[in-house]
Amino acid sequence: MTDSYYGRPILKAPVWKWYIPAYFFTGGLAGASSTLALAAQVTGNRGLRRTALGAAAAGVAVSGPLLVVDLGRPGRFLNMLRVAKPTSPMSVGSWLLAAFVPAAFAAAFSDITGRVPRLGRAAAAGAGALGPVVATYTAVLVADTAIPAWHDAQRELPFVFAGSSAAAAAGAALAFTPVGSAGPARRLAVVGAALEVSASRAMERRLGPVAGPYTDGRAGRLARAAEACTLSGAALAALAGRRRPAAVAAGALLCAGSVLTRFSVVRAGFESAGDPQATVGPQRSGRGSA
Amino acid sequence: MTRMGFFTDTSVCIGCKACEVACKEWNDVPDDGLDFLAMSYDNTGALGADTWRHVAFVEKTASRGGSAPPTSPPSTGGDSGVRWLMSSDVCKHCTHAACLDVCPTGALFRTEFDTVVVQRDVCNGCGYCVPACPFGVIDKREADGRVWKCTLCYDRLKADLTPACAKACPTESIQFGPLEELRERAAGRLGVLREAGVAEARLYGAHESDGVGGFGAFFLLLDEPEVYGLPPDPVVTTRDLPRMWRAAAGAALALAGAVAVAVLPRR
Repeated sequence: MTDSYYGRPILKAPVWKWYIPAYFFTGGLAGASSTLALAAQVTGNRGLRRTALGAAAAGVAVSGPLLVVDLGRPGRFLNMLRVAKPTSPMSVGSWLLAAFVPAAFAAAFSDITGRVPRLGRAAAAGAGALGPVVATYTAVLVADTAIPAWHDAQRELPFVFAGSSAAAAAGAALAFTPVGSAGPARRLAVVGAALEVSASRAMERRLGPVAGPYTDGRAGRLARAAEACTLSGAALAALAGRRRPAAVAAGALLCAGSVLTRFSVVRAGFESAGDPQATVGPQRSGRGSA
Repeated sequence: MTRMGFFTDTSVCIGCKACEVACKEWNDVPDDGLDFLAMSYDNTGALGADTWRHVAFVEKTASRGGSAPPTSPPSTGGDSGVRWLMSSDVCKHCTHAACLDVCPTGALFRTEFDTVVVQRDVCNGCGYCVPACPFGVIDKREADGRVWKCTLCYDRLKADLTPACAKACPTESIQFGPLEELRERAAGRLGVLREAGVAEARLYGAHESDGVGGFGAFFLLLDEPEVYGLPPDPVVTTRDLPRMWRAAAGAALALAGAVAVAVLPRR
């Protein structure tokens, strides 16, 4: 045990409320769904393109309000576009969303109404290209803090978020796409789940003591629930995904797993910030400025 | 402009909290709760949105804490006496300030005095700076929605006045001036203390080689930083940002690859 000042935390815990991990899910769902929609567009899978565009539009429709209500001064949300700062992942994300959100909406609007099809295809292509970045920049956003469980996880967290987003997009597509068109979603469920679970495990192994919050306590329980949902959803999709009820159940499990993963990661950060040993220990053992 | 800063020499701090009061008075900082924390004479607790100077009180038994500095109050009796450590903490006004780097609105900015200040008419309360600070200094004022911290009395500096805390300090524990001068003064003071046998005296944040490029407000401490609730080897988180973006690019490619694999026509 190292010294501390009456056991008080050195760092301040984030002031973010549940809106932020919820956004990590909806933003990830929207990003990966856009990319899935683009892949469906390229391969001529109309049924899958429609549901994926719908999931992307639904994801961004929820994301915007979540981000605005979390602000201490929601009326000033446009200040996010006052400057463009590469040193701030939140600024990068704001500009990313400023391009991604209109594209995702335009693509879905065109698909539903059948109007401006050429613009719709271009918008879907643009959103699909930005999708993977929308799904992963949030990992950089949390890693770019002083909180050890987030900062030290910088190598694996983007892969956890990428896998979690892919699983969520696959889940949404599975739940709403006719089984004949949902083959890619079933395969994406398996690949996404494998990516998420393997990246999470690699992160916990490499972090050692700093990973404590990811395996113990409330965040650890959320992580175990997330893994159970994600793996069972992927297994169900692979084995019984050609039957509608099973596909819907698999989709729900995959989305639940993705939600739980984001809440687990955020919770782990709060717990890590509250522990002075987590701050002092690694700095004392030479993983500070050295 | 010359870089201005604080040198807080904790070896002469008497724990009077005049700095806390002067700061609150001048900057019109709201109360931070009248709580008894059972932490020696410290009922302030920590820096925060409504606490821009915080005096820490550490009681150590003299036998464990090494030799007492010549300026510390007399111990309460014999070897079992208490050795007092008192230190007035404040925003470090880092050379490489994470709060400023991650602020998405540009509300946090570097002034002409090389200090780090929040523009209250710009901050939209996103809260990103709060977990970015390696010292846990800046925080959100819930009723107000914005973040607040020490401004190094930006308004007083503009009028060529000494910041309120330094002005009020009766022992010159808090010294204000051009940072270069303060560093020289601190090196001299450290020499005097070492010569007097205070082996545990050390400077904290006085060197540009540390993880935040040196503090604009640095300290002379009489024990390890963590004893005062300070991180021993703080690093500006944005130092690793290029590496983080590279990892995210790899993950984005993995996601695109996963989708591509999923739609590949099956034989």
